[in-house]
Amino acid sequence: MSAALKSMPFDIAKIRKDFPILDAQVHGKKLVFLDSAASAQKPRAVIDAMTHVMEAQYANVHRGLHFMSEKTSDAYEAVRDKVAALLNAASRDEIVFTRNATEAINLVAYSYGRSALRPGDAIVISEMEHHANLVPWQILRDQHGVELRVAKITDDGELDFASLEEQFADGKVKLLAITQMSNVLGSYTPAGRLAAFAHERGAKILLDGAQAVVHRRIDVQAIDADFYVFSGHKLYGPTGIGVLYAKAELLEAMPPFLAGGDMISSVSYASSTWARPPARFEAGTPAIIETIGLGAAIDYVQAIGFDAISEHERRLTDHALAVLSDIEGLKILGQAQDRGGVISFTMAQAHAHDIATLLDRQGIAVRAGHHCAEPLMGRLGVSSTARASFGLYTLPEEIDALAAGLNRIKQVFGG
Amino acid sequence: MTDLAELYQSLIMDRARKPRFAGRLETFDAEATGDNPMCGDRIHLFLQRDGTKVLHESRGCAIMTASADLMAEAVANKSAAEIERMRAAFEEMVKTGKADPTLGDLNALSGVSEYRSRIRCATLPWSALADAVKEEQPTNG
Repeated sequence: MSAALKSMPFDIAKIRKDFPILDAQVHGKKLVFLDSAASAQKPRAVIDAMTHVMEAQYANVHRGLHFMSEKTSDAYEAVRDKVAALLNAASRDEIVFTRNATEAINLVAYSYGRSALRPGDAIVISEMEHHANLVPWQILRDQHGVELRVAKITDDGELDFASLEEQFADGKVKLLAITQMSNVLGSYTPAGRLAAFAHERGAKILLDGAQAVVHRRIDVQAIDADFYVFSGHKLYGPTGIGVLYAKAELLEAMPPFLAGGDMISSVSYASSTWARPPARFEAGTPAIIETIGLGAAIDYVQAIGFDAISEHERRLTDHALAVLSDIEGLKILGQAQDRGGVISFTMAQAHAHDIATLLDRQGIAVRAGHHCAEPLMGRLGVSSTARASFGLYTLPEEIDALAAGLNRIKQVFGG
Repeated sequence: MTDLAELYQSLIMDRARKPRFAGRLETFDAEATGDNPMCGDRIHLFLQRDGTKVLHESRGCAIMTASADLMAEAVANKSAAEIERMRAAFEEMVKTGKADPTLGDLNALSGVSEYRSRIRCATLPWSALADAVKEEQPTNG
């Protein structure tokens, strides 16, 4: 994006107009959407880009010799450049399109895990992983004989480096797979420090950026990440499109994950040879329309700029932590120094599910449950939490509405 | 907040805060657990067949806890066949929202019908009870 666009002031009223759904009413109340960490709403630019490709220039990609196919292929491949720029990847060929972050981690577990890791090697994750960065490694452990280790977090919800040191002590660890921002606690992990830590000990690092990529500028080269994954739908893009970034030399050495059309170099009944990355990992007709939608979402956030987005969300988070702390009986989980706009809480008076239902009746959408992080719930000593999460369109007034709603719930529950 | 009070009416709030049938039986013929993987709710219930008696340990929301407690009260001294009839009638009632005169106090949960994502909270204790009732059936060859 041009410098002129980047220097635009952060105009929240204008931004909110870009998201048609924010005018919606729920149960006769104005929608207050505080569930962006689960999936974000979509700006008009994304909706229009997807409609446009279907109305004006749609055909399959990478196969047609006709006008429409070439146009669509160009638009599709242009998004690879946008993603490479978003992450500051060294090359567009380091960007593999997947269905979502979950599929990207599965790709690494299946392809890299079974080819580069040997039985007896160890993988380290943390106590605050989403199931997507836990279950694929469990399957790899059970089928391939690697060991799966879990580094602890502190009571504040930060990664415990002493525990991480212990996990690495015997030199068996070959991969650190860890979130860059917890979807429950909102804690960031120090990505660059973790990459250096892993590399010094002969391990690679995979960062689950599903939450972090939405809120901060990511530079995979500065971090020195080996693998980085995210989902389009949390970044104001559509569902069905996600990204795996991996260093070129890693991708080159990895065998295919899914097989079929588009990922081959030559095919005979006797054998086939694989295309070079990224095509090797993109079998079959991809999510063309969704990919183009992701491109529009990246253009949208880049035009606003991550400096402005981070600043806006930092203020929202500070405000939310202040007003929620004032509610008697409410407990916020996690007190990390470096944290973002994802806040999980419990109330002495009401269960998370009751909170979510009663807020919903007031038009306020939050998530309640274990947030696909059951082991973390166990670590925190709770069975479920309510979670409010913010996006670039969230207003401080919406956080005030949440606080008012929670106070009303206290009344209903006689707190 | 009137529509809020509809679901969380006094009988439900009372049973959620002070369940009358919480705990575990010292001797029991069957036990069963029920989990709601979506939210982490869990119930563990204990069944004494002779003159049907049920106690429950519930870890969950007000709807689930109240439903479990009202259920334990309603099924006391009922036969397995009658419990199964009540379970079916209860599931129908929370889905349609139509009060069923045969269900007595259980009708307090009819408001759940308007909260689709919460119906499972109300029916979880009944699913667990059905499992327990089945488990206690003697296996005669």
